[in-house]
Amino acid sequence: MALLLYAFALILILLATAAFIVYLVRQQKSTYHWAYRLLLTGFAFLTLFVGYEYYALGVAPVLTLKSSLSFFAWTILLVYLLFHLKFRLMVLGSFVAPVAACLLILSSTLPTAEVTVKPIFRSLWLPVHIGTAFVGNGFFAVTFVAGIMYLIQESQIKKKRLGSLYARLPSLETLDSINHFALICGFTFMTAGMITGSIYAQYALGSYWRWDPKEVCSLLAWVFYAVLLHERLAVGWRGRRAALLSLFGFLVLVLAFAGANLWLSDYHSFKNMGGRPGG
Amino acid sequence: MIRIVNIGMNHETAPVELRECLAKDPDHADKALAMMREFSCIKEGFFLSTCNRVEALFTSEQAEEAKSSVVSLLCSLGEMPSETLGSSLFTYEDRDAVRHIFRVASSLDSMVIGEPQILGQIKEAYSNATKEKTTGVILNRLLHRAFHTAKRVRTETGISDAAVSVSYAAVELAKKIFYDFKGKKVLLIGAGEMAELAARHLLSQGVSAVTVANRTFQKAVEVAREFKGIPVSFEEIGAQLLEADIVISSTAAPGYVITHGQVKGSMKKRRNRPLFFIDIAVPRDVEPAVNDLENVYVYDIDDLKGIVQVNIGQRQEEAVKAERIVEEEVIRFERWLKTLEVVPTIVSLKEKAEAIRRAELKKSLSSLGELSAPQLESLETLTLSITEKILNDPILFLKQKADRPLGRTYLDTARRLFCLDRENGDEVEHGSEQDDRESEEKH
Repeated sequence: MALLLYAFALILILLATAAFIVYLVRQQKSTYHWAYRLLLTGFAFLTLFVGYEYYALGVAPVLTLKSSLSFFAWTILLVYLLFHLKFRLMVLGSFVAPVAACLLILSSTLPTAEVTVKPIFRSLWLPVHIGTAFVGNGFFAVTFVAGIMYLIQESQIKKKRLGSLYARLPSLETLDSINHFALICGFTFMTAGMITGSIYAQYALGSYWRWDPKEVCSLLAWVFYAVLLHERLAVGWRGRRAALLSLFGFLVLVLAFAGANLWLSDYHSFKNMGGRPGG
Repeated sequence: MIRIVNIGMNHETAPVELRECLAKDPDHADKALAMMREFSCIKEGFFLSTCNRVEALFTSEQAEEAKSSVVSLLCSLGEMPSETLGSSLFTYEDRDAVRHIFRVASSLDSMVIGEPQILGQIKEAYSNATKEKTTGVILNRLLHRAFHTAKRVRTETGISDAAVSVSYAAVELAKKIFYDFKGKKVLLIGAGEMAELAARHLLSQGVSAVTVANRTFQKAVEVAREFKGIPVSFEEIGAQLLEADIVISSTAAPGYVITHGQVKGSMKKRRNRPLFFIDIAVPRDVEPAVNDLENVYVYDIDDLKGIVQVNIGQRQEEAVKAERIVEEEVIRFERWLKTLEVVPTIVSLKEKAEAIRRAELKKSLSSLGELSAPQLESLETLTLSITEKILNDPILFLKQKADRPLGRTYLDTARRLFCLDRENGDEVEHGSEQDDRESEEKH
C-alpha cells in the first residue's frame, strides 16, 4: 500500500519534472499546465504516503534517511506550492521540481530499514520539531533555487550576453524578492525548529543543548542566515551578493543534514534512532 | 472556373512616391470597393490600403478581363497613366494569391517582419468590405483563414517576441531588471528623439514619474511638459540619482556626465536598489566602469543596437517556421476550395433527380385515380427515398474525391454520366452561389 502510493508519487513527480523542463525549452503554456497538474497530483500521493507512514509507524516518519529524504521532498514541494499561490511564477517549477525529484530518487535507491520506535519518539514534540525544521529547510531550498536563477540571469544582463535562458527567466527584482521572502519564512521556521527541538531535548533527554554535531552545524547555518537577513534588512544587501550567500547558506544546511546524520552525529544520527540507513 | 487574384504594390515593388499617390486619400478604399462592385467580371472584392501597401483581392470567372479592370481602377485612383503603374504592380493568382494574403496577414511581407499593425489594418479593411457587401463565400472564408493563420503564427512562433528598435530593446531590458514599473522613476538627461521615445514607452508601461535634466533649464521645462514631468537643472543630477531607477541619458556633452565615483557614492544611500542606465549618447555619457558596480547596469547605444541586431536575426529564423505554417494553411484552404467545386455538381444532380421524380409522379398519379391523403403521402416518401438513396453514394464519392488529384476527372465524368451540362447549360457551373449581377449578365 505504502509502496504503491510512493511509486505513484515518484512517477508523477518525475513526469512533472520532465514536463517542466520541456516547458522551459519550448515555452508553451499548455505544457506548463500539464506539468503543474502532474506535480499537484504527485504531491497529493506523496502527502498520502507520508500520512500513511505516520499512521503506520505512530510517529513522524523521519527516523531513517530514506523516509526523511522523501519527507524533505514533500516540504520543498509544499513550499513551492505556497510560493506559487503568492508569486504565480511558472518558471520556478522548472527549477524546484528537479530538486524534489532528485531527493525522491535518492530516497528510493536506499533499502528499506527495519525501524524500532524508541519510546522517546512517541512525543508530540517530535513532529513539531521535525515539521518546523523541515519546512524551514524547504524555504531555504527555494532561496537556493531562486539564488541560482538570479545568478544566471544577472550575469547575462551584466555581461550583455543575452542567452536563451534570458527570455525564460523572470526579472531580477522578482527573483530577489522571492529570495528575500523565502529567507524570512525559512529563518522563522528554522528558529521555531531549533526552539522546539531544544524543548524536546530537555523533555526527553534532560538538557536543552548537548553540542551534538548536527546541533552545531545547524547553529552555524542559523547564525549565517541571521547575518544575511540582518544585512538585507538593515543595510539593504540584495541582488548578487545576497544570492551567492543564500547558495552558501544552503550548502551549510545540507552538510548539517546529511553529513551530521550519517557520519558525525550523536543522537541525531539515524543509526541511533533505530533505523539502519543503507547498511 | 473561378479564380482568386491579387493585384497590388508594396514597399518592395513600388517606391514611396507611388504608394503615397494611392494611399493619401483615406476614402480611396471605399471608392475602390464601390468601383470593384461595378465591374461585372468581378464576383467578390476586397481592398487593402496602408502606407506600405495597396492591394486589391478579388475572385473572377474571367480573370484576364478582371485584371485589366483592376489595373485601370488603380490608375484612376492614383491619377496616373498605366505605364507608370504597370511595372510596380505584382499579380498573384490562385494558390499564390492565397499564400500572399496569408503572408501579409501574418506580417511576413512587412517591412519590419513581425510588426503587429498589419493584421489590424486587414481586419479593418475586411469589415469595410463586409459593410459594402463586396465579399462572398470565397473571400469571407479566405480572410477568416488569413486571420487564423496570423494568430497561429503569432502564438506558435516567436516572430514578434523580441524588440527590433533601440528604444523598445531598452524597455525590454528594463523589464528584466524590474518586476513592474509601478512606483519606478525615470530620469531623462538631455533630449533626443530616441531617448524621449524610450521614456514615452516606459511611461505607457506604468512608470510613475519622469524627471528631466538639461544643460539649459528652459529646455528641461519644455521636455518635461511633454511627459508631465519635473524639470531639474544639470547640477541636481547627483541628487536625482538617489531617486531614479532608470536613467536615460542623451546629451551632446563631450565627456562623461555620470562617473563611477558619483554612482558608487549614491548606491550606498540608495540601499543598493538596482539602477539601470540607458546611454543613448555618442560620445557616451556614462562612464563604462559604472557597469562594474553591483546592482548597476549600463547599456550604451552599441549594446542596444547589438541586441536589436540579434533580435532581427531571431525574427528571420522564426519567419522560416511561420512560412511553414502559412504553407499548411494554404493547402488546407485549397482543399476547402476544391470541395466548393463539387457543390454545383451535387446541386444540379439533386435538381435533376427531383425534376425526374416530379415528372414521373405526375404521370403515374393521373393513371392511379383517386388516392387518399395517407396514400399520397406514402407515394411521396417512396419516390423521395428512392432518388435519395440512389444519389447518396455518388454524392459521397464526389465529396470524398474533391481534393484528390483525380477529383476534377471524377467531376467531369459525373456530369457527363448524368448529362448535367446539356439541359441546364452554363448556369449550373456557378451553382449555389446566387449572384444577381451574374445572372443578369448571363440572360
